[in-house]
Amino acid sequence: MISRRDFLQVSMAASAMLGASGFGKWARLAAQQTLTQDQLLQFDTFGNVSLIHVTDIHAQLKPIYFREPSVNIGVGENKGAVPHITGADFRKFYGVEDGSAYHYALSSGDFEALAKGYGRVGGLDRVATVINAIRAERPDALLLDGGDTWHGSYTCYQTEGQDMVNVMNALRPDAMTFHWEFTLGSARVEELVGGLPFAALGQNIFDAEWDEPSELFPPYKMFERGGVKIAVIGQAFPYMPIANPRWMFSEYSFGIRDENMQEMVDEVRAEGAELVVCLSHNGFDVDKKMASKVTGIDVILSGHTHDALPEPVLVGETIIVASGSNGKFVSRVDLDVQNGRMMGFRHKLIPIFADVIEPDKEVAALIDAERAPYADALKEVVGQTDSLLYRRGNFNGTWDDLICEALLSEREADIAMSPGVRWGPSLIPGDDITREDIWNVTSMSYGEAYRSEMTGEFIKVILEDVADNIFNPDPYYQQGGDMVRIGGMGYRIDITKPQGERVSEMTLLKTGEAIDPAKNYVVAGWASVNEGTEGPQIWDVVEAHIKKMGTVTVAPNNSVTVVGA
Amino acid sequence: MSFTRRDTLALGAGAALMTFLPFRVNAAAEDAIAAFTGGAAVTDGGVDLTAPEIAENGNTVPIEVGAEGAAAILLLATGNPTPGVATFTFGPLAGASRAATRIRLAGTQDVVAIAKMADGSFARASKTVKVTIGGCGG
Repeated sequence: MISRRDFLQVSMAASAMLGASGFGKWARLAAQQTLTQDQLLQFDTFGNVSLIHVTDIHAQLKPIYFREPSVNIGVGENKGAVPHITGADFRKFYGVEDGSAYHYALSSGDFEALAKGYGRVGGLDRVATVINAIRAERPDALLLDGGDTWHGSYTCYQTEGQDMVNVMNALRPDAMTFHWEFTLGSARVEELVGGLPFAALGQNIFDAEWDEPSELFPPYKMFERGGVKIAVIGQAFPYMPIANPRWMFSEYSFGIRDENMQEMVDEVRAEGAELVVCLSHNGFDVDKKMASKVTGIDVILSGHTHDALPEPVLVGETIIVASGSNGKFVSRVDLDVQNGRMMGFRHKLIPIFADVIEPDKEVAALIDAERAPYADALKEVVGQTDSLLYRRGNFNGTWDDLICEALLSEREADIAMSPGVRWGPSLIPGDDITREDIWNVTSMSYGEAYRSEMTGEFIKVILEDVADNIFNPDPYYQQGGDMVRIGGMGYRIDITKPQGERVSEMTLLKTGEAIDPAKNYVVAGWASVNEGTEGPQIWDVVEAHIKKMGTVTVAPNNSVTVVGA
Repeated sequence: MSFTRRDTLALGAGAALMTFLPFRVNAAAEDAIAAFTGGAAVTDGGVDLTAPEIAENGNTVPIEVGAEGAAAILLLATGNPTPGVATFTFGPLAGASRAATRIRLAGTQDVVAIAKMADGSFARASKTVKVTIGGCGG
């Protein structure tokens, strides 16, 4: 007898062989310079239900460059597993041709040259075109937004998320879940959520005082599409009060709460759901573990860790779909649901090549209208770059190297710390650096750049604490960011060791001396989770530094030695 | 720098003390368990212990314990200077052998629940709760 898992594995195999997920076939077409919108969108409609997934847009309304990481280490059971495969290894794993459009979209390596050839990616007007095309084929497709939408740009900061709400509303999502949205502060989040024409979901969003489900954020919503009863269960980022400032949304509590997730799955099944979709902001490895513990979820639409995977990953009978970040991708998942069970799927991760996909005129006009009041501030050129500026990577990226340099220089510090966030577009050599570009990698509601004294011992405690949030072998103890970026100090890290033993050989770079645990060092940083942090905003610090430099060149950073990867 | 034999012995004693310390902390928890069980065998399973993987605030961590048919449940924070948190006793009129409270955790540690069943047997559950300084989430 053929089990349902066998059916799903047949779907996986068909997807790979026929190039239904697109990457192999389109890679060759793109290499021949024939990449067209029709090819990017080509999809043989399948089954009776379509899901459209966007996530982690980080307020990127306009096309951008976005370099994927070359260092993304997996630990424990996820060592060497996707999404912890990068560059040439990633291309080999998925059969992506070097130099192809999918090489450029999905992996690192030759980024500068390919960026010049293939151009920018994303733009919500292009995303709108793709969504409309899918709806033309399947009018009742569900559009689901995984969150981190109302954060990450100049205009989003100035309008407290209103620009993103207005533009996203024009795309007509059916449901959304949350993370950085809460850093707008609970009052503003409640105001915006109260006006949404779609469901704001989170089975793990609780009232902190009573430890009961929050009334404003229902755990799930039932839909009926293509004759199928579908439950969409929301899963907000579990570690918001730890990774972000708890005092900004102290009324709320989160956590993974997988036992409550199981209860919700059982509840919706009892209500007749034939298809259970989890719209998640857990991060990929946490979603894999959750899928292995909770039974009855058919599809997890995964966000938070910004992974872009050309195929779903199958865990038990659950498929996990990862749709990238910054507006760079849209995932389409067609499902065949028969007799209350998901019997097969077809999936495509659609890269939004901005020069290939025609902008939707209405949404383009709306975006321009949202940006118009800030046009002068956005386009002001602050400097130029000779180097590729990017953020992604477990230990450093050139944007953060530059930000750390700015902190050391402008704040007269020994050591600089920049948070290991994964948002923020890239710039290619020769680009102007505008004020908008600086805000794209720094904008947040707690951007004050502090300057304080810390002992060498405390600096090590911080590094060990953050390292364990990334390299703890149990995904449930991972928060999904990257290592705090350090300027002015080098160190060695053995990721296989337990907390407290990973970091060694801490060295003050300007003197070459070992860090003394008992000595005080002047540390400048930003994005502190502590209430009452004082200092100039980080974007002003970075702007002042770039203005002085004129043209930015970032030297290769070899100050972190990684062992055990 | 040279060490005398006496220095070396002193260092050795220091090292032994360092490695011994965690056991001393656990010993207090083990003493509490022994006092609760009277030294009887404790089996894994049959106890639900709900706690966050990572505490949002180490000063007030919500914990829920339950064990169907339990007469009493001992709750311990094994890494706290004083591990004992509470012993919940359930009389015959209790609707369910289940209790929730909030506890303060001095740092990352295992929270342990031991249930005394109606037949006098004991069962346990344990969960690691991490207390972190936070920040930097992507």
